[in-house]
Amino acid sequence: MELLASLGDGFAIAISWQNLLYALLGCLLGTIMGALPGLGPSNGVAILIPLAFTLGLDATGALILLTSVYYGAMYGGRISSILLNIPGDEPAMMTCLDGYPMARKGQAGEALALSGIASFVGAFLSTCGLVLLAPQLVKVALLFGPAEYFALFALAFATLGGISAKNQAKSLFAAALGIMLAMIGVDTQTGVPRFTFGEVHLYDGIDFLVAIVGLFALSEVFIFLEHRGTEKDATTGPRMEIGRITPTWPMIQSCIPTMGRTSILGFISGVLPGAGASLGSFVSYSMEKKLVDRDGTFGTGDPRGVAAPETGNNAAAGGALVPMLALGVPGSGTTAVLLAVLLALNITPGPLLFQQNPDVVWGLIAALFIGNFMLLALNIPMVGLFTRVLMVPPRILMPIVAMISFVGIYGISGSSFDLMVMLIFGVAGWALRKLEVPLVPIILGTLLGNEMEVNFRRAVTIADGDYSVLISSPLTIVLWAIAIIGFIIPIFVSSTLRRKMKKDERDLTD
Amino acid sequence: MASIARRTTLSLLAGTALVIAAPVAAFEPERTECIAPANPGGGWDFTCRQVGKTLQDLDLIPGTMQVTNLSGGGGGVAFAQVVNKRNDDDNLVVAASTATATRLAQGAYPGNSMDQVRWLGTIGADYGVIAVAADSEYDDLPSLLDAMQEDPTSISVGGGSAVGGWDHLKVLIAAQESGIEDVRSVKYIAFPGGGEAVTQLLAGSLQAFSGDLSEAKGFVDSGDIKVLAVLSPERLEGEFSEFPTATEQGIEAIGANWRGFYAPGEMSDDAYNWWVDQLDTMYDTEEWKAVMETNGLAPLDLHGEEFEAFVNDSISQIETLSKEIGLIN
Repeated sequence: MELLASLGDGFAIAISWQNLLYALLGCLLGTIMGALPGLGPSNGVAILIPLAFTLGLDATGALILLTSVYYGAMYGGRISSILLNIPGDEPAMMTCLDGYPMARKGQAGEALALSGIASFVGAFLSTCGLVLLAPQLVKVALLFGPAEYFALFALAFATLGGISAKNQAKSLFAAALGIMLAMIGVDTQTGVPRFTFGEVHLYDGIDFLVAIVGLFALSEVFIFLEHRGTEKDATTGPRMEIGRITPTWPMIQSCIPTMGRTSILGFISGVLPGAGASLGSFVSYSMEKKLVDRDGTFGTGDPRGVAAPETGNNAAAGGALVPMLALGVPGSGTTAVLLAVLLALNITPGPLLFQQNPDVVWGLIAALFIGNFMLLALNIPMVGLFTRVLMVPPRILMPIVAMISFVGIYGISGSSFDLMVMLIFGVAGWALRKLEVPLVPIILGTLLGNEMEVNFRRAVTIADGDYSVLISSPLTIVLWAIAIIGFIIPIFVSSTLRRKMKKDERDLTD
Repeated sequence: MASIARRTTLSLLAGTALVIAAPVAAFEPERTECIAPANPGGGWDFTCRQVGKTLQDLDLIPGTMQVTNLSGGGGGVAFAQVVNKRNDDDNLVVAASTATATRLAQGAYPGNSMDQVRWLGTIGADYGVIAVAADSEYDDLPSLLDAMQEDPTSISVGGGSAVGGWDHLKVLIAAQESGIEDVRSVKYIAFPGGGEAVTQLLAGSLQAFSGDLSEAKGFVDSGDIKVLAVLSPERLEGEFSEFPTATEQGIEAIGANWRGFYAPGEMSDDAYNWWVDQLDTMYDTEEWKAVMETNGLAPLDLHGEEFEAFVNDSISQIETLSKEIGLIN
């Protein structure tokens, strides 16, 4: 009851016309920023901090504005993934896998609407989780020491084979490439620069965003340039068909179990500091693929393949607020920026935040609910508008994509070196596409490889070089068991499946 | 009108004693710029934005201070850019902190050194703390350091900076002062931020935490951790006064994470003095005191030559220490 009363107070704070206006403004700006390649939730929020300060907002108002931007960007990231095969931000990467094929099949409208609903479900359930479980969930985060994190990331890599089933060796190669890229920069555990060739620009490592924009957005532009004026031109450009705007009820129905499961999974990965939304969407996708993809339709435009990562990453966004508010530990890049804002507003996040600043916490949570409904209300009617992007001929669209990529990346770091790196990634992405090497595992390798390595070394250093620490707690053993099972089973299952499928194909052709 | 308004604001806000330091008319910038050598949202970015906003509110600069983010190389990209391309820009300042000094000392900005720029002043400092979990067996700093000396493998210290970074060096300074000769034996585990390290302290993976006071505050209030020592010269004021200093426990360790600015090396003397005056004036206002309190900054008021000497000392101290741990040759 106390909980409901607090939440009621929160709504009383959040529902003032100014705060509603801030939420609306944040949702709109966030959606746009999320959709633009290069601008993700973390820099979206960071860029708008000066706006919040200039407007002279109080703590609650500023937080409402900035978290609306955060949720908005999580929603918006999917738009360019689905329409252009260019992820708007890191967590939206997995949405490309089935979202773009759906758009190619003329189901762009359905994919957008469905992913909007999935985003809503994920964000809504995780905000509920935040309300009910935040204090208890802190204990979960405390169960994870370096050894447990290492097992968790190893588990993520073990299921990597699940994403692109076409050629396991190539996805392995791509993941290894990603891990190699993650090694660039000053090693935090020894202070020694690795693979930097004395170039000071590389000391901080390679920014994921630069890699993503290069690999996905620029390589798309290069492919377009290559095919321009040839016969292939007509086929490489996005199709003109837009199809239905709203998904059919059976389609939504088929995704309900997926959304339920991935909400929980995404939320948990959000709660773990360091794992975050990218892991949430990735694990959600690969788990759903293992669970429900009996006919091998994932990757070819399966609606569940769109719903799973979108639910997962939006649920993780809510989950990441748990350690931020309750421990003062950011669970993702965006919450790290939000944390800095909180500190600047004289609010010390930490175990006492819920007691010391209940108005801020509950106002924020109420604002999340409001923002979420606002985003749903904004996104569904706007699907028709978004899909118009597909009507833009590639010869106009592609230069815009290139321009946004350059401006976006330069705008964040102000470094022309990053532009060069982005170009190199663009060319590499183009070459890798020609070789049919999947790009997603590269980014996952970069995102997760670093964390995996660092936690491995932390664990072993703390244990004075004793490797048995890696399997010393029940939780590590459970995680390793899941990892091993998740790695081995698909090898047997898929070979039997493939045999069966081949047989079916033969039956069909016979 | 503008100048009258400015002087009124100044005298109103800064108090009478400070009006003596009223700006010398020899230099008057048309526009001002602050480079934050990191992405938006980090500590340097906040230094630029907070100071820019306060200077503007106090009418100490004309218009808004433009904040440019120039990230890369832990500040090295911005440093090189200022030295190579903007060396005589009178309107430019760059945010800096202990991390800048640490990297300069360790040669992590290849080819650059501290005398290539002019050091303006500090805007406050965040003092270091060494803390343990609330249920830890150690109740004061000497007992923790004794245990470390007896069996270095038994104590893992975590902090929010890389190996060789400031959180690491603070532990080593304390260890060295307590008589541990081989500081390399001290086990330090690096985390991306102080919050992560405290979480691992609470989870039991670590035995001690080295960080800034502002990072530890929330957990002290909640009773999760206890501060064994704050690395300030004397006890801090207000709510922090309950924390014992390392010095009063017989360990002469002082570690402040200062925040401040440097300016291009060929900046004219007039401009340099103007900037030093503006920062000095701002530092003494009630507005800035409020910002400091909000951000957990303790007083550290060093300007002009005094600050230059301070940076010089701290760089040589870090250099010596880094050589001892084998980080540099």
